[in-house]
Parts: sequence; C-alpha cells; structure tokens
Amino acid sequence: MEQDRNIRVLMAKPGLDGHERGARVLAYGLRDEGFEVIYTGLRQTPDQIAAAVIQEDVDVVGLSILSGAHLAMAGKVIEKLKGQRVKDVLVLVGGVIPEEDIPKLKEMGVAGVFTSGASIKEIAEFIRSHVS
Amino acid sequence: MTKELEDLINEMEEGSVRALARLITMIENREKGWLEVMKAIFPNTGRAHVIGITGPPGAGKSTLTDTLTCELIARDLSVGVIAVDPSSPFSGGALLGDRVRMKEISTMKGVFVRSMATRGAMGGLSLAVRDVIKVLDAFGKDIILIETVGVGQDEVDVVKTADAVMVVCVPGMGDNIQAIKAGIMEIADIFVVNKADREGSERAVLDIRLMLNMSTEKGSLNIPILKTVATKGEGIAELVTNLFEVLESQERETSWREERIREELMSLLDKAIAHHVHVKLGRNSKLDTAVKQVLARERDPYSIVQEMVASFVH
Repeated sequence: MEQDRNIRVLMAKPGLDGHERGARVLAYGLRDEGFEVIYTGLRQTPDQIAAAVIQEDVDVVGLSILSGAHLAMAGKVIEKLKGQRVKDVLVLVGGVIPEEDIPKLKEMGVAGVFTSGASIKEIAEFIRSHVS
Repeated sequence: MTKELEDLINEMEEGSVRALARLITMIENREKGWLEVMKAIFPNTGRAHVIGITGPPGAGKSTLTDTLTCELIARDLSVGVIAVDPSSPFSGGALLGDRVRMKEISTMKGVFVRSMATRGAMGGLSLAVRDVIKVLDAFGKDIILIETVGVGQDEVDVVKTADAVMVVCVPGMGDNIQAIKAGIMEIADIFVVNKADREGSERAVLDIRLMLNMSTEKGSLNIPILKTVATKGEGIAELVTNLFEVLESQERETSWREERIREELMSLLDKAIAHHVHVKLGRNSKLDTAVKQVLARERDPYSIVQEMVASFVH
C-alpha cells in the first residue's frame, strides 16, 4: 500500500535474545505494507538502539523481546532516548509479554504491545494511525 | 526561511546529530524548505571526500564498510556512511539491513550511519544522495562512504558522483565478474577481492586483471586489485593507503570536477523542468483532452507533445 510519506521503522532486538524469526517476519511484513524498515539484527544494546533511532530519524522503533527481559530492556531504551531528547518516536514492543506487564510497559512510555497472534496488518494499521 | 529551520541548521552546524538526521529526512523527502536548507549549507560544503563502495550482494560491502570506517576513525578522520538498499516496486516499502553488519561503528564517536531506500524515483535517488552528502559534508565529516549494490542506472549514477570508487567482489564468482563489467567496471578506481581467505582468491584477482587488460579505458592497467578479509581486518590498511592515493590524484583534475558539476546542474534542471511541466499540466485540462484524442486515434501522441513543448518554451 502506498502512503503519502515514507514512514521509517527501526526493528531491534535488545539484549541476549537469539530468537529473531518474529522480528524478521515482521520486518518483511512491514516492508510489504509500504514502510521503510531498518533492521539492526541481534543482541543490540540500548545505546546502539538509541543511536540508530537518532541517526536514522525513524518514526517508530519496534523492540522484539522474547527473553523475559522486556521490562528492563524497554525501560533502558526509553531512558536512553529521553536522555537524548528524543520524544517524538513511537515505541512498540513485541514478543512474549505476560498480560500483567502490558500496563507497566505502557506506563513507561510504550505506545503499543503486540504479543503472539498479532497480525502484521494490525501492527501496520496501528503505526499508520499513530504516526502523523 | 523560518526561524525553526534556521535553528535546526545552526544546531546541525554546531554538531547536533539529531538536527543532522532531521535535515537529512527533510531533504530526502523533499519536504517544504529543503531548497532553503541546501542553499544555506552550500558554502560550507566541498571539504569531504566521497568514496563509493559497490559490488554484488553478498560480497561483504557492509562488513567492509564497517572495518574500513574503524580504520579511518583510528586515523582521526570522521566518517559518514550512506547505505543504499532498494525499495520494493510493489509496496514502496524497503528492508534496509546494512546496519546488521555495521555493529562496530553504530555507536562509535565520529561516525554517522544512514540507510536510504532507492524509492524508485527515476534519477531522483542520485540527486537525493548528492544532497545528503552535502549535509554530511557541511556537518564536518572528512570521509563519506556510500554503499550500494550498484544495479540499475540510478545506483550507477550514485556511485559515479564519488571521488573514488571501489568495486568489491569475492572469490569463486566466475561469471559474476562478467556481471560487474556492465556499467560499473568502467568507473572503478580500485578492485577489492574480499573474503580472500577463501579458495580461489588468486584466481579472482587474475580474472579481474585479465578483464582490465582487455579494456580500452585509459589507465585501466594501473587500477589496483587488493585482497581483504573484512571480518578479520586483513588488507584494510593497504586499502586505505590506495584510496588516499586515488583521492589525491583526483584532486588535481579540475576538468573531472567541472564535468561532475555540469552533470549535477543538468539533473537539477531536468527535475525542476519536469516539476514545472507537471504542475502546469496538472492545472489545465490539455492533458485530459490529449488522452481522449489519442484514445480515439484522432491524433498521434508525438505531435501533441511537440505542440506542448512549443507552448512551454514560448
């Protein structure tokens, strides 16, 4: 689907989590939805993610976390972004996230949480409706 | 120019990476005000050296860019990287994966990496990349590396704008060397056989040498062919030495620079005229009438275009 402006999305896998199938599937899926997806690969530190968000000037950063460290990792990435005065980036988290942690993530500043079963269309629509 | 835009340019010139990234987005998207940005920064450009890195997929361009950047940083040079990947002609989206191989440099001080999608605009890519190079130049980068597969006219045009071009290949490509020949070979200043710890690297060097020997291009016999193992950093120092030699020799050729500016002016002019024509045609109904006339086979498209061009000129 063509859009007026090219929305840029950074897909990152923070921490010591080697499972990137989900992130890859989503990266391809979002490309096919017309987004420009920057994929950074496995084992990214919060510093690396923040640097990439800034240099690539993305609209969205998607963190894929299956290790159980989502609260710590999302928190650190958001902290790094805030520390560098980045406030206009939509932060999304995907992966194995227990129901009770979702409100905690949202409180930290995560705009959307997508667990297994979420469709690419749903995520694409969410991004389109939240990025002006 | 708005105060906001002026502030953004000032911030960028004072070293704000965020302002730099924001300006690049603006220029890449041709957002309102981008021309003002280009005009404002132009006096501060012309210092950086631009190096094009091209070669078939899987040759190790991104890894080589990573290692090469480390070497340049170690020599106290600041580096900007533009990594070009294709947009899908169907969805308009793109998967930009070069950062996966650029982990070393992603947080390195003095390095700025930007991924750019080709966005399928005819001739638009090379102009956009040239403009992004200028912003990185104004920001104060000493060396700007542009990495691209170099397939298609647009990407070849991008590489052509570089001060030095290196073509990366790998052992065992065989006929792939033939593929490089078309378009890219003619503009190579240095050939790199990467992954040279693999079998057949000597053969690859010979194949390239043979190809260059058959070329009628002036100076093709003197083009260096270097072996590297980017993942281990082997051969990188020698590569940098050779790159600097090319950059120094190019610096003397004023005619080459003139030719490049002439090309840029022509491309900008083409774009501006095309834009003007599109706007003009969009506003009147001449085009709709013409479409109907051709569809009904009342008139031929050639004389219609001739007529339209005549009306623009007068």
